[in-house]
Amino acid sequence: MRHIVRHELFWPAVTLALLLVASSLFNASFLTLAWRDGHLYGSLIDILNRAAPLMVVSLGMTLVIAVRGLDISVGAVVAIAAAVAALMIGGSFSATGEVQSQYPLWLALTTALGVAAACGAWNGLLVVKAGMQPIVATLILMVAGRGIAQLLTGGQIITVYYPPFFQLGNGFLLGLPVALWIAGSLWLALHLLMSRTALGLFVRSIGGNPEAARVAGVRSSAITLCAYTFCGFAAGVAGLIVSSNVKSADANNAGQLLELDAILAVTLGGTALTGGRFTLAGTVIGALIIQTLTSMIYSLGVPPEVNLVVKAALVFAVMLLQSAEFRGIVARVARGRSASTS
Amino acid sequence: MLRARDISRAFPGVQALSGVELTLRAGEVHALMGQNGAGKSTLIKVLTGVYAPDAGSIELLGRTVAPESPIHAQELGISAVHQESHLLPNLSVAENICAGRYPRKAWSRGGGIDWRETERRARELLAGLGIKLDVAQLAGGLPAALQQLATVARAVATDARVLILDEPTSSLDADEVQALFKLLRTLRDKGVAILFVTHFLDQVYEVCDRMTVLRNGKFVGEYACAKLDARGLVAAMVGREVVAAQRSAASGPPDDAAAAVPVFAAKDMSRRGQLKPMDIELRRGEVLGLAGLLGSGRTELARLLFALDERDTGEISVDGKPVKLDRPADALALGLGFCPEDRKHSGIVADLSVRENIALALQARMGLRKFLKVSEQRQIADKLVAALGIKTASIETPIGQLSGGNQQKAIVARWLATHPRVLILDEPTRGIDVAAKQELMNEILELARGGTAVLFISAEIDEVVRVSDRIVVLRDRTKAGELPTGSDQDAVYSMIAASHLA
Repeated sequence: MRHIVRHELFWPAVTLALLLVASSLFNASFLTLAWRDGHLYGSLIDILNRAAPLMVVSLGMTLVIAVRGLDISVGAVVAIAAAVAALMIGGSFSATGEVQSQYPLWLALTTALGVAAACGAWNGLLVVKAGMQPIVATLILMVAGRGIAQLLTGGQIITVYYPPFFQLGNGFLLGLPVALWIAGSLWLALHLLMSRTALGLFVRSIGGNPEAARVAGVRSSAITLCAYTFCGFAAGVAGLIVSSNVKSADANNAGQLLELDAILAVTLGGTALTGGRFTLAGTVIGALIIQTLTSMIYSLGVPPEVNLVVKAALVFAVMLLQSAEFRGIVARVARGRSASTS
Repeated sequence: MLRARDISRAFPGVQALSGVELTLRAGEVHALMGQNGAGKSTLIKVLTGVYAPDAGSIELLGRTVAPESPIHAQELGISAVHQESHLLPNLSVAENICAGRYPRKAWSRGGGIDWRETERRARELLAGLGIKLDVAQLAGGLPAALQQLATVARAVATDARVLILDEPTSSLDADEVQALFKLLRTLRDKGVAILFVTHFLDQVYEVCDRMTVLRNGKFVGEYACAKLDARGLVAAMVGREVVAAQRSAASGPPDDAAAAVPVFAAKDMSRRGQLKPMDIELRRGEVLGLAGLLGSGRTELARLLFALDERDTGEISVDGKPVKLDRPADALALGLGFCPEDRKHSGIVADLSVRENIALALQARMGLRKFLKVSEQRQIADKLVAALGIKTASIETPIGQLSGGNQQKAIVARWLATHPRVLILDEPTRGIDVAAKQELMNEILELARGGTAVLFISAEIDEVVRVSDRIVVLRDRTKAGELPTGSDQDAVYSMIAASHLA
């Protein structure tokens, strides 16, 4: 029992479970799953589907934070990737009434991901080679990136008409959303990289003490650069899912404030913002917590103008629940009570 | 003045203190002696309220007290000065000394901090202690020794009756130590009870009146310094007689042809402001000692050799062939190892386990894909922990929880795991106790016998002389000369001093 409570994922998991229970109290059909047209349907599947882009971005963010970095440009990179993909696919009706994509789908997708990864590498170079503070280095792309995306789309919302592209954000595979499969495989790949190669040890040593890692011969710069590049790539994947989901690219709003949600998801999952200690599974749970919160607020019918306040209050409560210090205070107060009454 | 009785304190997996006694008398300097991990730091933390004891009591002036925090301890009259000075570098000396209790102007004049009074008080305090120091200077700009004196002054500014000094001399040179001792004697004569923790035996005999010895968390005894000689003291600390490591002529470097070609050589190596051009050669199976005063370029040379800093000039060759050595990863690939001087900052990764810390360099050399399985890491760590006598609850314990000497051994273990051809040890014995020092030096000799070329850097010249086959002496950031096997300390000293005589 003690072993379970001590586990790093215990409190994130408890938080998620509590939120799910709370949601099911407000909405009786919340936990029901139905099988229709060969797909699973239900609020839970909805949450998983909608959380997928956040999960993907947060996984990248976890790596960057683990090596003592931070990337606040991911929202802008989402917008860039979405814009590149939408522009390259576009779609026009041929004589036969069939929709054609401008460039082959695979080319559009790889280009969008390549551009996103290049954005990440740019961030990494600024941090590793130019020695900038991560928050400052990525602030540049956070501001400029959205501008680049707007430049690409000419300030317009680019609509995509090519149906195969819609699969990413709307399709189902073996009864589950495609987006969930993407997020899941990204997590699995990262998890294997961390546990089956020495990368996990290197990342934790760089995050724990960068100078000691360097002296021990770990290629800190190369690994840190890779972490930022991967973070950009992950944001690109999220951008594709998002734009596929809404069948368009909106340079102004795609991925807006996503960087903050991602940092929050990483923190909620139990990764230390100071670097070194990180958990990929925790990050996935953190992203699910945030999406469950959002869905809960919608299903409660909270008026839009107080939406953010309610979310802030809930996030605050969740953070308190996760704080070991706060739990200690509560436990002490409770013990004091029971001692004085007995 | 202060009497601690039957103090016990346990941590998960370790009984750090059990039934320890300590009596401090007014107007006396008392030494607290023991090996690394003997419980000295824990005892100090109990006295200063960082840890609450599991059992036992503390009496101050006949009254039982229970310090709850360092601040509470200070209010009771127990002040502590730690190894590294804790002055705020961006404040002036006066501001540091009065920090937390600045004199205020009268409300009628705005109630702000009275800076003039602050400086006056600081000046008065320092003058009373015989310290000459400009109180308006920024503390960060002072040499380490003056910072240390100012820290002591700050500690006694609160009318401390008990002053605890935890290894205050480990970063000071001989003259600076004397200045500190003068201050301690002044304080002693004013009736302050002083507890002095150090690893330097000669300092104990120089300044202390009485000592308490701990071993493995247990109280060994209290002795008058005049009654127990250094040999007896070491025996009390270690629990057995120590045999000093000594390089005998018979175990000298192998005289075969392989020894003729240096395994590692740097020619004309320099870096602006840190090292003037110099050559250095390391041969298979020899311990090359590097001696020189503080600031002579010892550490700078070591860092250049391991490519931690970029060199401006210099060619490196391994086995007589020129090689590329531009970053630590290259050094590692060439079979070099480097134990840095600053263990906390560039040695350990505190959050990682002992096992992971030991495996780190070997894994870095093997690269990403050839992953050492956890079971293999365990095997390596277990073997080295046993071989070096590293005291740890388990190899899965975070290394930050180990005592300083054991952390140092674990870092040496990290490099032993890579079977280095050349091992650079920068101050490997700093801050560790006599017995651990001996074990470590024996290990170094063992390593050289196995064919590794060792570069041994130490500020303690007697140590260098004892283990080295050859000694390179540094002076003013370049090589002053080289001494052969069998040279004694005097030879080293005269080479260091040569320029001053000329």
